Amino acid sequence: MAHTTESVPLVRAMYHDDDVLISAVKQIRAAGFKISEVYTPFPVHGLDKAMGLKESRIAVAAFMYGLIGLTVAVTLTWYMMVSDWPQNIGGKPNINWAMNMPAFVPILFEMTVFFAAHLMVWTYLVINGLYPGADAKNPDPRTTDDYFMVELPAAKGLIETLQKSGAVEIAEA
Amino acid sequence: MFVFTSKMKLLAGSLTLVGLVFLLIGFNTDYSSHADSGDHGAPAQAHAEEAHAAEAHTDDAQATEAPATEAHAAEGHADMAYTAEGHAEAHADMAHASEGHADDAHASDHGHDLSANRPWAAFLVNSIFFLGIGIGTLFFLAIQYAAQVGWSVGLIRVFEAVSMFVGIPILGILFLIATGGMHMHHLWHWMAEGIMDPASPNYDSLIAGKEAYLNVPFFALRTIAYLVIWAGAAFLLRRNSLREDALPQGQNMFFTQRKLAATFIVLYAVTSSTSAWDWVMSVDPHWFSTLFGWYTFAGMFVTAMTVLNLLVMYLRLNNHLPWINENHQHDLSKFMFAFSVFWTYLWFSQYMLIWYSNIPEEVTYYLPRFKGEYKPLFIAMVAMNFLLPILVLISRDAKRIFGFIGLASVFVLAGHWMDHYIMIMPGAVGYSFGFGFAELGGILFYAGLFLWVTLSQLAKVPLRLKNHPMLTESERFQQ
Repeated sequence: MAHTTESVPLVRAMYHDDDVLISAVKQIRAAGFKISEVYTPFPVHGLDKAMGLKESRIAVAAFMYGLIGLTVAVTLTWYMMVSDWPQNIGGKPNINWAMNMPAFVPILFEMTVFFAAHLMVWTYLVINGLYPGADAKNPDPRTTDDYFMVELPAAKGLIETLQKSGAVEIAEA
Repeated sequence: MFVFTSKMKLLAGSLTLVGLVFLLIGFNTDYSSHADSGDHGAPAQAHAEEAHAAEAHTDDAQATEAPATEAHAAEGHADMAYTAEGHAEAHADMAHASEGHADDAHASDHGHDLSANRPWAAFLVNSIFFLGIGIGTLFFLAIQYAAQVGWSVGLIRVFEAVSMFVGIPILGILFLIATGGMHMHHLWHWMAEGIMDPASPNYDSLIAGKEAYLNVPFFALRTIAYLVIWAGAAFLLRRNSLREDALPQGQNMFFTQRKLAATFIVLYAVTSSTSAWDWVMSVDPHWFSTLFGWYTFAGMFVTAMTVLNLLVMYLRLNNHLPWINENHQHDLSKFMFAFSVFWTYLWFSQYMLIWYSNIPEEVTYYLPRFKGEYKPLFIAMVAMNFLLPILVLISRDAKRIFGFIGLASVFVLAGHWMDHYIMIMPGAVGYSFGFGFAELGGILFYAGLFLWVTLSQLAKVPLRLKNHPMLTESERFQQ
């Protein structure tokens, strides 16, 4: 989250290359400065580790969503095919759900994947406040093309560190 | 540099020797007592009996007919479909021929019942299982070159060492083919005497229709071809990689390797399927499944990934691979996890189509496995190969922790050994299966040889490549 409302002025450093960006992030943190945000045009491998971000809990959520999907699919197939209106398709046993289970496996699988994938995307969008019409948060549109930006609160000695780390452009806002 | 210590040599050597002794005991054991009890005769007959049991609850109209006639008619029909040449014989005769085969051929074609096949079948199970480690790794090694993979370069020496093992289990299979050709056993039932001869009481028109493919000389020739292609590819990839170390910096050898690897992958795409049909599927010569080759391949590949994971863990624990970190291990575990799921996908694809269509000639394969005495093993096998690795390895952290990887490895290795066992045993020995000296001996024997070959190959050269163009990429992997 960008700390745009803070009273401390922000410094924005632009980089040209993702490898330079990662080593710069490491250098800046090693020098004791706190990075508030990094904007990149594409996901950079290892950046989360270099920035020292907390590990995402989306994986746990995905597992839960998958279980929900599986439960829904079991209930769905049981209610529709066995309980409410027993259907004999291809002479397969329909006395109880378990006997006909192999026929339902594709449905169980698809619903598990469907729930996990969709709910994960919705969770991601909600947590990041990305809804239709939301204001763009990147301060410089070039970070959607070929520039990488590190944003951090101004501090003493920061500019020198940024220059040494390979920044191609430094701006104070 | 890795050293093949005398302690490890002793372990590998004694495993091989103890395995050999167990094998000798296993081959000199009389397994017939179990089968003498009467109800464990020919599985083909059991199939026939259960086939109409399965049909009975399928279709009400069919169930009202006399079950015996039903099964016979179905068999006769299957006959026609197989040979397709249009036999002059009447339906009843055909049905009788295959029934007669079920009664006599399986049970008494060489004086005693199928239980005599057991040590041979056990040796085939172990040969296929350990072959999977070698060929799966060789295939993985070839992918690394063909796809120009960066992350795994630091591990290529390990892959090479394991893939050098690929020839030994094939020699074991060649031994089985030679002894089968000499009628010391009829592990592959189509090798039985007179089975292709219309004048013989053993004649089986279904199998005779496949004579062009299933005959001993061509069978042995194909096995030799697999040996040459696979072991040859392993040898060449290894030799070139060692030569690369001595070359000045450059990419020439890398591109040579890439061409070699791509060629091998194309050849393996065909031979992986045909070898599985030959060695494993022809144990049940009446039955066929088009995805059997990929199913066997998936099991072999996940076995190989598991063994590689364990081997890399062992080497890392002993500080032989300081340039390998938990990110590399994570990727190997991902392969193990993903291919466990892939194996399940193919297993289920084969199972569900046969279960759903419920055609006698196909469903016979699953009757002893899912309705007969193999059922507990079968269910346990699927749980071990699918549920347990999924639950143990699904989290990102678990794929990096030795304890979790080790736990999943135990399930996967035991599970895939059981998978090969259940593929081969019902067709080869009927219900006179078990776990004794022959099975354990084969495991120890091959495990000892595997350790010997792999560790001595690892000790030959430094474990770090010198001139591979992507070595730095591998060492900086997510660092």
